[in-house]
Amino acid sequence: MNALTMPIADGWTIARRNTLKIRRSPDLLGSVITLPIVLVLLFAYVFGSVIDVPGMSYREFLLPGIFVQAVIIGAQITGYTLTLDLQKGIFDRFRSLPMAPSAVLIGQTVSDLLMNLASLVVMAVMGLIVGWRVHTSPHEAVLGFGLLLLFAYAFSWVTATVALALRTPESFNNIATMVSFPLMFVSNAFLDSSALPTPLRVVAEWNPVSTFTQAARDLFGNTSTAMKTSDAWPIQHAIPASLLWITAMLIVFVPLATRIYKQAVSS
Amino acid sequence: MSDAITAEGLVKRYGEVTALDGLSFSVPQGTVLALLGPNGAGKTTTVRVLTTLLRPDGGRATVAGCDVVGDARRLRSRIGLSGQYAAVDEHLTGAENLEMVGRLYHLGARRSKARARELLERFDLADAADRPVKGYSGGMRRRIDLAGALVADPPVLFLDEPTTGLDPRARAALWDTISELVAAGSTLLLTTQYMEEADRLADQIMVVDHGRAIARGTVDELKDQIGGNRIELTVTDAAELETARQALTRFAVGAMRTVPESLQITVPVADGPEALRQTLGRLADAGVRVRDAGLRRPTLDDVYLTLTGRQASGTDPQSREATR
Repeated sequence: MNALTMPIADGWTIARRNTLKIRRSPDLLGSVITLPIVLVLLFAYVFGSVIDVPGMSYREFLLPGIFVQAVIIGAQITGYTLTLDLQKGIFDRFRSLPMAPSAVLIGQTVSDLLMNLASLVVMAVMGLIVGWRVHTSPHEAVLGFGLLLLFAYAFSWVTATVALALRTPESFNNIATMVSFPLMFVSNAFLDSSALPTPLRVVAEWNPVSTFTQAARDLFGNTSTAMKTSDAWPIQHAIPASLLWITAMLIVFVPLATRIYKQAVSS
Repeated sequence: MSDAITAEGLVKRYGEVTALDGLSFSVPQGTVLALLGPNGAGKTTTVRVLTTLLRPDGGRATVAGCDVVGDARRLRSRIGLSGQYAAVDEHLTGAENLEMVGRLYHLGARRSKARARELLERFDLADAADRPVKGYSGGMRRRIDLAGALVADPPVLFLDEPTTGLDPRARAALWDTISELVAAGSTLLLTTQYMEEADRLADQIMVVDHGRAIARGTVDELKDQIGGNRIELTVTDAAELETARQALTRFAVGAMRTVPESLQITVPVADGPEALRQTLGRLADAGVRVRDAGLRRPTLDDVYLTLTGRQASGTDPQSREATR
């Protein structure tokens, strides 16, 4: 096995291990299956009963935002699982084996991607039940889900980096909640952000959550000409902007997470 | 016979603390070396350096012919490590855990599967093979962890406190298993806090303290180093302890140990049965009623206390021991 195939083969072995783990952990499974259902119902019926968006039903407007929210929460599983593993001896075992060191993080992020895929499927079905529809061609819809999954994968590396730097599940959860909630809510995911006061509106327009939500809306056709969309570049060019974000996250956080992993496990 | 493990002047510091202070030793192929010492002596750090988990700050070491720093990847394919805390995945079954380790040793899917079953059988875990490790007992966890170290049949094994926290029965069972491995020709480096364990499993013992070797030899050599036999006496009445101590001082060749709770005195003596006869006579003269008396060879406990008692603290061992 050479330097190129080994990380892939070993990463796959680790991903299999994580998938087995997820299947046997009711709490993780619960967050994959039930959380999306709860989110869709909660936002569709609670927010949906008081919020109007021009030119379309709120639920159609909402679902892409909920997809992005689920991805952000789902990708945090990566960080959380790593902090749990750090508390145990399993990384010592891995490091004493002749495997590719990078395989641990590759395996972790790949299995979490599979979990995010499952979660998105559940959400899409829930969305269809409550009235969400795709108005574009099938291949655009596939691209929409593909983009969400790419975002999920890249964001997994971000949460991995944070988790490996913080090391304990408690501190990771605190920081993750504190950062992800403002990110999700100061955006266009649940509301028409053009109605926000100027400083918040600017933040919302440049918030990557808005970019991904807008890209998903564009690809699923959940947009309306009656709605005033922002002139900000990342909203006007949501799909290339999303790809830029994904590329930037991978370029920065894959090497960073790998480096911090080495430090975290070798003390 | 060549050396399977060599260490020359290993140094490892954690900030102010020096965990390894120029440790040197070698382990000939097919033999067992036990590192004996209390918590914080540097045993685990030594294992972590030799298994490439930790980079030494100074010195060099080789395992199975591979340098721990320069040739880490190749080294890892030739060792097996079983740690102090069972490093297995709780959510995976015993079989899945071993199969995963096999794949990560690059044995391939089929061989990994077969090897997992073989080891589960051998470690008496066949019935539990398809249950998640979560439900295993402490002894079963240690066995599955040990099995993990053996998946690739490595020529050099590292066991870091393999029986710490186990009940006596599980410990004895694990000792049998380890003895069998050793008999099959593996080189083993073992760390332990238990004298009995080192006595039972090792060819050579190295006593470590503050990251330095303070003694090394076979079990018998270490016992000889400490000299003579031990007389162990139990008196009938607490009031007689002090009288007995005073009466026995002239026979003692080293530190006497008194345990007031059990009314016991241990006296290191120069010769055996004759010393026992004389001490008993002397105690009878002093009016001390002896309930139990015996002669024994020094245990590793005695070796260890004598060696580190003086080294670890500057106090006179005699007074330190007496307060125990």
